[in-house]
Amino acid sequence: MIVVYIILRLVVWLVLAPLLPGIINKVKAWVAGRRGPPVLQLYYDLARLWRKGVVLSTLASPGFIAGPAVAWIALLAATQLLPLGSAGAALSFRGDVLLLIYLLALARFCTAWAAMETGSAFEGMGSAREVSYAVLSEAALITAVLTLSVHTGSITLVTMLAPAAGAGAVLLGAGLFVVLLAENCRVPFDDPNTHLELTMIHEAMILDHSGPPLAAILHGASMKLLLFALLLTEAVLPVGELSPLAAAGALAGGVLAVTVGVGLVESLLARFAFRRVPMLLTTGFLLCLFALLVAWKGGAA
Amino acid sequence: MSPSVNLLVGVAMGLNLLALGSGRLPAVIRAVSVQGMALGVMPLIMEHHFDWLVTVVAFFTVAVKGFVIPHLLSRATRAANVERENQPFIGFVPSLLLGAGGTIAAVALSRALPLLPEHTGSLLVPGAIASVLTGFVMLIGRAKAISQVCGYLILENGIYLFGLLLINATPLLVEAGILLDLTVGIFVIGIIVDRIQRAFDSLDTRKLTVLRE
Repeated sequence: MIVVYIILRLVVWLVLAPLLPGIINKVKAWVAGRRGPPVLQLYYDLARLWRKGVVLSTLASPGFIAGPAVAWIALLAATQLLPLGSAGAALSFRGDVLLLIYLLALARFCTAWAAMETGSAFEGMGSAREVSYAVLSEAALITAVLTLSVHTGSITLVTMLAPAAGAGAVLLGAGLFVVLLAENCRVPFDDPNTHLELTMIHEAMILDHSGPPLAAILHGASMKLLLFALLLTEAVLPVGELSPLAAAGALAGGVLAVTVGVGLVESLLARFAFRRVPMLLTTGFLLCLFALLVAWKGGAA
Repeated sequence: MSPSVNLLVGVAMGLNLLALGSGRLPAVIRAVSVQGMALGVMPLIMEHHFDWLVTVVAFFTVAVKGFVIPHLLSRATRAANVERENQPFIGFVPSLLLGAGGTIAAVALSRALPLLPEHTGSLLVPGAIASVLTGFVMLIGRAKAISQVCGYLILENGIYLFGLLLINATPLLVEAGILLDLTVGIFVIGIIVDRIQRAFDSLDTRKLTVLRE
């Protein structure tokens, strides 16, 4: 029974994740007045990539293939730690939130590592940028997690995400949204549609990947997007206190709202210049820090 | 009274950071004016019964801080043709972090202060200290004269917040007098900025260190 349940969960995460980039692209197309690619475009892309062969550089070590694989598994494991409303998480123990943060870091490390395997200058540049943004966005994410843990007095994701974040919910939501945009390389930080190597970040890292490894990277990125959208929704809404049906509705609505929000941000905002990015990330960090202050002060008063 | 007052002080604290982080002068001026208006309506919320003097002073505070002073400042900005702060002494990210650190320190510090029991739960004192610190950071860290004026205004807002603790003890006439001084001060600074611009072709205060004939 338990096995069936966990497999069902895995299937839900694996199947639903590629839907989000499709929705974002649809929103962008709608704002621009185009018809846009179909919502299921990423599924077609993944299927096509899976059938294709892999072009391997003679320089690359097995890490070139292992990197995306480990990153994908780490992200899949991270998603299983996240509770789905009142259904709870597939795997939950005291301190699992630390594992979540480390799994995300491991996925990032493996992508950057695989990117540098071929010795391409562009990929080294992309990895350097990705990792230097991550320093700031991880600080914001850790502060956000600390806020939730101070607010609920717990370090287990299931109990931390059950109630709403209290008075600081707006601050925390805004901070986590900035983190979401930065971690998933969305527009003010990186343009997922760009084809100019000098300005790419995430896309520059995966230039030399092809076939199934590229499919794993793309699918992992979409799972990460869904993970952050869920984290944001559950941090702000009291999902754990609703009835199962209402919780499922709230989760779906929240994730959809976040996705449409990302699409709108991408349509209405231009990419920031590199020197302005630390400013925005610092703002996100400060938003989370003030949410922490509110949680701490509110808890004591 | 406490939740709505705390919300307004929280907004004022957020605007402090916005002013610290923004490089564009119109945005800084707008932040300062919104902060002035938020603080201007506070006496109305804090007073439980209607008092015509409080209402008049609140009205004038909002009018002066929200409209007259920003108008004077943005006219000076336009006349002097400065749009943004280019090379501040303290960069935007460091000053933002300083401001945030100051705000957190203010919240922590205000718990150690021997306050009246009715003021312990409110954010008035932390907000006042945070605004004063923000004002100092802007006064020290910015190179353009107009940004420094904005820093001075934030500093004054902090002092005004502190004065609200004594709203029942001090006559609001004092507040009205301060407001008048402030307006005249900004008016004079507006003229001076114009003169500096004509004499030096720049509003950078770093260039004002040498006397000229």
